[in-house]
Amino acid sequence: MSGGIGLDVRLPIGVMFVLMGLTLVLYGWMTNGIPGFYDKSLGININLWWGLAMTIFGGAMLAPVLFKGR
Amino acid sequence: MTDVRLAWIDYVLMAIYFAFVIGVGVALKRFMRSSTDYFLSGRAIPAWVAGLAFISANLGAQEVIGMGASGAKYGIATSHFYWVGAIPAMVFVGVFMMPFYYGSRARSVPEYLKLRFDEKTRALNAISFAVMTVFSSGVSLYAMGKLFRLLLGWDEDASMLVAAGIVLAYIFLGGLTSAIYNEVLQFFLIVFGFLPLALLGLKDVGGWDGLQARLMTHSVAQGYAPTAYTQCWAFMGDATRNPVGVEWFGLAMGLGFVLSFGYWCTDFLVVQRAMAADSMTAARRTPLIAAIPKMLFPFLVILPGMIALTVEPRRETTPAAAVAHVGIIPAKTTDSGEVLRDTNARPVIDYDLATPAMLAHYLPAGLLGLGLTALLASFMSGMAGNVTAFNTVWTYDIYQSYFKRDASDAHYLWMGRAATVGGIALSVATAYVAAAFNNIMDVLQLVFAFVNAPLFATFLLGMFWKRATGHGAFWGLVAGTLAAAFHHGISLPEGATVGVKGGFLGVFLSPYRSELAQTFWTAITAWTVCFIVTIVVSLATKPRPDEELVGLVYTLTPKPTEETAFWQRPGTLAVVVLIGTLLLNVIFF
Repeated sequence: MSGGIGLDVRLPIGVMFVLMGLTLVLYGWMTNGIPGFYDKSLGININLWWGLAMTIFGGAMLAPVLFKGR
Repeated sequence: MTDVRLAWIDYVLMAIYFAFVIGVGVALKRFMRSSTDYFLSGRAIPAWVAGLAFISANLGAQEVIGMGASGAKYGIATSHFYWVGAIPAMVFVGVFMMPFYYGSRARSVPEYLKLRFDEKTRALNAISFAVMTVFSSGVSLYAMGKLFRLLLGWDEDASMLVAAGIVLAYIFLGGLTSAIYNEVLQFFLIVFGFLPLALLGLKDVGGWDGLQARLMTHSVAQGYAPTAYTQCWAFMGDATRNPVGVEWFGLAMGLGFVLSFGYWCTDFLVVQRAMAADSMTAARRTPLIAAIPKMLFPFLVILPGMIALTVEPRRETTPAAAVAHVGIIPAKTTDSGEVLRDTNARPVIDYDLATPAMLAHYLPAGLLGLGLTALLASFMSGMAGNVTAFNTVWTYDIYQSYFKRDASDAHYLWMGRAATVGGIALSVATAYVAAAFNNIMDVLQLVFAFVNAPLFATFLLGMFWKRATGHGAFWGLVAGTLAAAFHHGISLPEGATVGVKGGFLGVFLSPYRSELAQTFWTAITAWTVCFIVTIVVSLATKPRPDEELVGLVYTLTPKPTEETAFWQRPGTLAVVVLIGTLLLNVIFF
């Protein structure tokens, strides 16, 4: 997939999304239950759920890169 | 607006993003061995990467902010910029034009003009294009500085210099590959950063049905039919009955044909991404792959603008905003904090703040950082697109052609890096000049109309009529651009004052309903004049022999062979994209 270039674009994207996703999940867990904190997002702990979605997306980007060599 | 405060988590997310975009540049530096690597990614980019970069380079500031603003101003009809003003042209460039761009091995769009026509046509295009890219990137840089000052109270100069500095770093190191890789990264970041706005917003207003109901009141208050903001075609029969102020013919011909094809089919900023693809089939699939997210973008960028009209602020931020806002979109204020008012003493709404206001309204600390990072990413992807196109055109089409013809490849690689620095320095300078202009989108459309509108006539005749000559192309372009300026000079949109808005040669045409209508008709005029002049001059001048035009003109080029499976062929993809777009138009008719 990476053609003539030695860096697969999915590697940096995957790592960045996993990193950002986990950061958001952690922050969502830390702020869970603080009164009024999630008023803006209609009472949904959006950091937790969106962080989870980003982590899964990042993982999906990384999977083919990590298993390609096997 | 200035009371948006960031938490530490928001800065952490921004820092992660900065580290990765610069990291990509650093990691790619060692692959930049020749000028082809630097300017064309060694023609080694897979189709899906080139496709996402193609769309991301276009997804700059004017897109995210401008389309949110237009969503609030015009409603769902703004999606005409996508379904009429982008998709058909993207399909056309992929199916019909890419064989000549990619097949001729031209390294840039101006270079194709040199191969097909002559030196002077290339020079005209290269110089005007170089100026336009610097202008565009300066405009978006200025918009970014202003926005982050309004939103977060950040120092304008500092945020402009930091953003420009980061773009400079990664392009300087990794050239086009770096820009393309980061554009793909930015594409996903923009989607993940802005999608929560549409999702939370829709949930808040009660889904599409709820939004329709809420916009009816707004629509009636503006003097339109109740559904004028939520139906994209139903009121296009008459320019006075829809918020865009355009009738269907001006829309279809001006935006859908002339402006759209002029941009997507001839603008090197986007075409460069396809030229970097690893094969002819990949190059042809690039714009078609890009068309799939493009046709869905209205939900990402236009919907938040529409929602912003219909929700109320939870608490008043400043005394001024308490009296002057529509939905959560505040009015423009002077430097001293007073609300700007028009001649009827009504507050002037700052539509460019529609999407940013949505960020502040719906996103808590954490996701707010992600949304702002996505906003920064969109500014950077747009700027990087302009800078990579500029450094290539400067180095190959201006420097190599007129200053130093036979230098070593290493010298041109060096020149590319120097042009990157120079291009960004000029953009920063332009940013300060751009401060005088108002709605970013309208100004950019105007510039495209003057320079790009006649261009598509030239390419169309060049690629599909072998009789077209260099003199014809050159004088057609000159005449078309002059015709654009002339039409703009004798017409004026409703309520505008004579000057940059038009009418500087005297107002002869009955006022257009909106600036967009005037822009569309300027484009139609320019295209028609260029088309006719090119044909007339071509017939009066000596044609080039057929054998010189093989690979450059449709009738003299063997059809590309389809070596891939049925479902991977560009033609199949094109049909899928067109059917999808048609369905969207029907659903929101």
